[in-house]
Amino acid sequence: MIKDDDILLLDEPRLNAAERLYIPQIVDGMIVTLRHLGKSLFKRPITVQYPEEQRQLRVENYRGVHRLNRDEQGRVACVACFMCATACPVRCIHIEAGESAWDDREKYPVKFDIDELRCIYCGMCEEACPVDAIELTPHYDLVGRSRQEMILDKEELLSIYDGTRDLKPRKNPRITGYPGTGNRPEQAEPPKDEAKA
Amino acid sequence: MVEFLTSQLGVSIILALVVIGVMLGSVAYCIFFERKIAGWVQDRFGPNRVGYRGILQSIADGGKLLLKEDVIPGHVDTPLFILAPAIIFLVAFVGFAAIPWGGQLQLGENLVDIQVAKPDIGLLYILGVASIGVYGVVLGGWSSNNKYSFYGGIRAAAQMLSYEIPLGLCILVVVLTMGTLRLESITLQQTEYWGGILPMWNVILHPLAFLVFLITALAESNRMPFDLPEAEQELVGGYHTEYSGLKFGMFLLAEYAHMITASGFIAVLFLGGWHFPWIAWTQPEATAWYAVIAKMLVLAGKITFFIFLMMWLRWTLPRLRFDQLLRLAWKGLIPITLGLFTLAVILVYVGRQQSLPWALLGNAVVLAIVLAAAGLSQVEVTGRQANLPSIRPGPVSTGTART
Repeated sequence: MIKDDDILLLDEPRLNAAERLYIPQIVDGMIVTLRHLGKSLFKRPITVQYPEEQRQLRVENYRGVHRLNRDEQGRVACVACFMCATACPVRCIHIEAGESAWDDREKYPVKFDIDELRCIYCGMCEEACPVDAIELTPHYDLVGRSRQEMILDKEELLSIYDGTRDLKPRKNPRITGYPGTGNRPEQAEPPKDEAKA
Repeated sequence: MVEFLTSQLGVSIILALVVIGVMLGSVAYCIFFERKIAGWVQDRFGPNRVGYRGILQSIADGGKLLLKEDVIPGHVDTPLFILAPAIIFLVAFVGFAAIPWGGQLQLGENLVDIQVAKPDIGLLYILGVASIGVYGVVLGGWSSNNKYSFYGGIRAAAQMLSYEIPLGLCILVVVLTMGTLRLESITLQQTEYWGGILPMWNVILHPLAFLVFLITALAESNRMPFDLPEAEQELVGGYHTEYSGLKFGMFLLAEYAHMITASGFIAVLFLGGWHFPWIAWTQPEATAWYAVIAKMLVLAGKITFFIFLMMWLRWTLPRLRFDQLLRLAWKGLIPITLGLFTLAVILVYVGRQQSLPWALLGNAVVLAIVLAAAGLSQVEVTGRQANLPSIRPGPVSTGTART
């Protein structure tokens, strides 16, 4: 229930005689629009002419198309932990995990598909990833001719990493204790109970 | 038998063809400039992709409308559905026939008028033709057999009928001052001077009538802020909801043709038509071909100014609510124009040559009365009316629920 104190009754301001004719206000408004018109005509409008001009983006935190990072040995950095798929609010990430052939991790993604049409580019997957394998790139002009085409698989995502590696180097916080998942040299011993048998 | 085969007839036919051609072209480019001005006012570029700076945009638009599928829905009254855009398109263009474009031209020994037709009732002709336009709107709404379209047509009819009264009264002010219905004589009489310097334009004699006429002309051509008949954002389009393709394009073109007619009408009635003071070529005595061209350019310049003013207003003002729209006409403009009409009657008694101080005094008096009425009246212009019951909630009893 709304309390009496919370109800604010407003009186509309009374207009004086000239204001009730509206003519001075209309003239005021026309001066404002004329000023904008003159600004656009004699100075440049603020529009960015897109295909010819590109906006200057902040590479570090622009949220565009995803990429799947490689580690320093060129393997996919993902450990198929499903954290990103769980964090994803629209469930656009589909991972199939398989037993890893490498001895620094248990699992790796056999399939890693992202439906770019379903994605809302919130960046939660990037936040959730413990090994920083999935990242968003500053590329926003991804187009395709079919819906199927817009579902990017592992190879596509890795090739996006290859294309954007120089633009945006892989961030490197290593949270898990597994050695070699990041580019940072190994410092700490892996926790005992999580260490690979 | 062949008396009507004069040089005047030839000039009239050529002029009619030229005017129609120029009109169709300029209507298309009005749409382009409307969009350009919209862009500039909103700090954008406007259309700038088709051709140099978007100059071919209207041709592309026209081609698009031409090639689009022209749907005639199954439930419509087909003959009327087809007739409505034709009526509104035709009517918007026929009005130009009576507008004097450039005074008189010396052709051999004859003086011919640069005017398609010279009816004695030129003013009534334009008014009557413009009023037929309401049929196009109402028929479009009615034949669509769609409630939203029908409401749009009804709105348009109510608006156009309401605003035709102040419009007619303003024209009556001009007619009383000039003593004629012929548009060429109205122009001619405005080329005289007070004290040899100040042109006897009606806008100087009747500034308030000019202002009211401008407002009603906006309403008659369904322009912002009075474009409720086709308020596409909040009122489901209006009378042309069911139209598509070229028929829709004809409604669109007719609106702009209406704007040009209204602007030409204002220029002729209040701003001396093709006359520009202190320039010899635009005086009625100049009848050479270059003088005629100069006069046409002057009239075109005046029309362009008013079209720009209408577009400028469109991108400045928000739309009126429908009750505000009708209140403005019935409680605002009609009383004012009645006052101006009375003033014009008094000025006829004084005589036009002597009437300038009296006209300015009279306009000041009318303005003072309007301001006093606006300041003293207690009726709210907008929003909540003062005499409605209070909305403050009473005490609420809390406790057990009633059984």
